[in-house]
Amino acid sequence: MSELEELMKAFGEAGPDKGIFANKEIAHLVASGHKVLSMRGIDGLEVSAKETLTGISAQVTVKEGVKIKNPVHMCFGILHKKGTQKIKMDVRLERNASAHFIAHCIFPKAEKVKHIMDAVVEIGEGAEMRYSETHYHGFYGGIEVIPKAVVKVGKNGRYFTDFTLTSGRVGKLEIDYTVDAGENAVAELIARVFGHANDEIKIKEKVVLSGENSKGLIKTRVAIEDEATAEITGITEGNAAGARGHVDCMEIVKDKAVAKAIPIVNVTNSLAKVTHEAAIGSVDKRQLETLMAHGLTPEEAVDVIVKGILR
Amino acid sequence: MSILEINNLTFEVNNKKILDDFSLKLESSEIHALLGTNGTGKSTLAYLIMGCEGYKPTSGEVVFDSRVINDLKIHERAQLGISMAWQEPVRFEGISVKNYLALKNKEVNPSSYLELVGLHSELYLNRMVDKSLSGGERKRIELASILALNPKLAILDEPDSGIDMLSTQDIINVINVFKKNGSSVLLITHREEIALIADRASQMCYGRIICSGEPQKVAEYYKSRKCLVCDGEVCLYV
Ligand SMILES: Nc1ncnc2c1ncn2[C@@H]1O[C@H](COP(=O)(O)OP(=O)(O)OP(=O)(O)O)[C@@H](O)[C@H]1O
Ligand SMILES: [Mg+2]
Repeated sequence: MSELEELMKAFGEAGPDKGIFANKEIAHLVASGHKVLSMRGIDGLEVSAKETLTGISAQVTVKEGVKIKNPVHMCFGILHKKGTQKIKMDVRLERNASAHFIAHCIFPKAEKVKHIMDAVVEIGEGAEMRYSETHYHGFYGGIEVIPKAVVKVGKNGRYFTDFTLTSGRVGKLEIDYTVDAGENAVAELIARVFGHANDEIKIKEKVVLSGENSKGLIKTRVAIEDEATAEITGITEGNAAGARGHVDCMEIVKDKAVAKAIPIVNVTNSLAKVTHEAAIGSVDKRQLETLMAHGLTPEEAVDVIVKGILR
Repeated sequence: MSILEINNLTFEVNNKKILDDFSLKLESSEIHALLGTNGTGKSTLAYLIMGCEGYKPTSGEVVFDSRVINDLKIHERAQLGISMAWQEPVRFEGISVKNYLALKNKEVNPSSYLELVGLHSELYLNRMVDKSLSGGERKRIELASILALNPKLAILDEPDSGIDMLSTQDIINVINVFKKNGSSVLLITHREEIALIADRASQMCYGRIICSGEPQKVAEYYKSRKCLVCDGEVCLYV
C-alpha cells in the first residue's frame, strides 16, 4: 500500500472522498510527515509545496476575481507513533477571489508527535475565504499540536474559520490565531474542542478590528472531562468607527476538569462596540431536567447537551 | 382507576408553604384543568410531580400508577410514563428539531408531530431548538416532543402562553390528541376556552384547591374572583 493510500485509509470517514484526487477540478495538497504525497492546482488556483528538513513549506494563491467552486482539500498527518511535522503555509486570495479550504489533520497513532502549523493568510479586497479544519489525534494523547495563524483581511473581505477536535484525545493543543480586519471586513472564528483524561487545551484568538465598520466574532465551545484543562482567551480590539465585535465562550466542565475563560475586549475608538459573554460550568440544570423529563438518564442527557454545543 | 394521586402534599420554602396539604386525583385518560392566579403554586406542583431538583415534598406523597414515586428521579418518573412541557422551555445549542423529537425514541416520525402542533415540518425539521426559535415556536416544539413520547401522564404548564390568540384552536387540537392517544393530562392554563375542553377542573389558591368540578362551573367561579377559603372578593389566603 502506498503512503497516500495508507494515509487515506487512516482518515477513513473523517477524511475526504478518495475520488477528489482523481478529479481534475478539485485542488488538493497532501503531506505525510515531511513528504508531499500529492498536490494539484486548478485554473485560477496555484499550489506549490516543497519539503524542508522539518516538514513542508507550501504556498497557495487564488488569482484575482477567481471563485473556486469546489472546496480545496488539504490533508496533513503523521502515521507513525513518533515524529515532528512543521508546516509553513502561505495563503493568498487576490482581489475578489473566493475559496473554501477543508483541512484534515490526522495523527492516529500519536505517542510522541508534534505538529506545528505556521500560517500567514492574506485576503485581498473583496475576497472571501472559508477555512474548516478537523483534527483527529487518536487515543493515546501523546501529541502536541500548535497551530498559529496571522491573517489579514482587506477592505470588504471576509474570513470564516472553524476548528474542530471532538473525537479521540486532544493531547496538548495550543491555538494562536490573530486576525486583522480592514474596512467593512468580516472575521468569524469558531473553535470546538472536547478534552479528556489529562488533555491540555489552550486557545488564544484575537481579532483586531482596525477598519471602519469591520465585524468580528470569536465563538468557542469547549467540553472537558476527567482531569483535562482548558484556557480560552478571546481578544477583540475595536479600533475604528462602526467596528462591531463579539466574544462568545462556553465551556462545559465535568469531573475534575478545570476551565478558564479570559475574554479581553479593548476599545480605542468611541464609535466602536465590542461585547463578550462567557459561561463556564457544569451542564445547565434546566437543560438536564428537560432531557430527563423526556426519559433520558442523566448521563445520556449530558452527552446530548455536550454533543450539541460541540456541533 | 386513578393514574395520579397527590395526597396531602405540602412543600415549604423558607418556612413559607407554597403547597399546603394539597390533594388531587387524576383518572386514566382524564384531562384535568388547573386554574389559579399568578404565584399560586401551579408550576411548583408540576415540578413536584416531575421530581425536579430542589422540589422534595415537606410532607405528603405522590402516587403514580399505584406506586409512591416520592423518591424517584426525574428520568425514572419519565420512564414510568410521566412527562412535562415546561411553562418556559429551555433552548439547546446544536440540537435540531428533528433530533429533539426523537430524543428517546429514534423510530418516531418527527414530521407528523410537528404538523400536529401546527408547524410545517419542512420549515422546522432542520432548525435548531436554540435562541433562533420564537417563543411560540419553541412552546409548540416542546408540546410536539411530549406528544411523541406518548406518556401516560402529560403535565402541560400553560401550553397556551406565548401562543397567539388566533392559534388557540391549535393548542386545543393538541390536547385532544393527547386524550385520543390515551394520555391523562394535567392542564395548567389561564385561558377559559382551553380549560373548557377538560373533563374536570380545579382552581388553586395559595397552595390549595379551593374549588373542583365541571370546567364551566370552575371557570365561572374563578372569574367571580371569590375564594371560599379567604371568604372575600379577592383571595387573601396566605
Ligand atoms: N424555589 C423557590 N424559592 C422561593 N420561592 C419559590 C420557589 N419556588 C416557588 N416559589 C414561590 O412560590 C410561589 C408559586 O410559584 P409558581 O411558579 O408555582 O406559581 P404559578 O402558580 O405557576 O404562577 P404563574 O401563573 O405565574 O405561572 C411563587 O410565589 C414563587 O415565587
Ligand atoms: Mg407557573
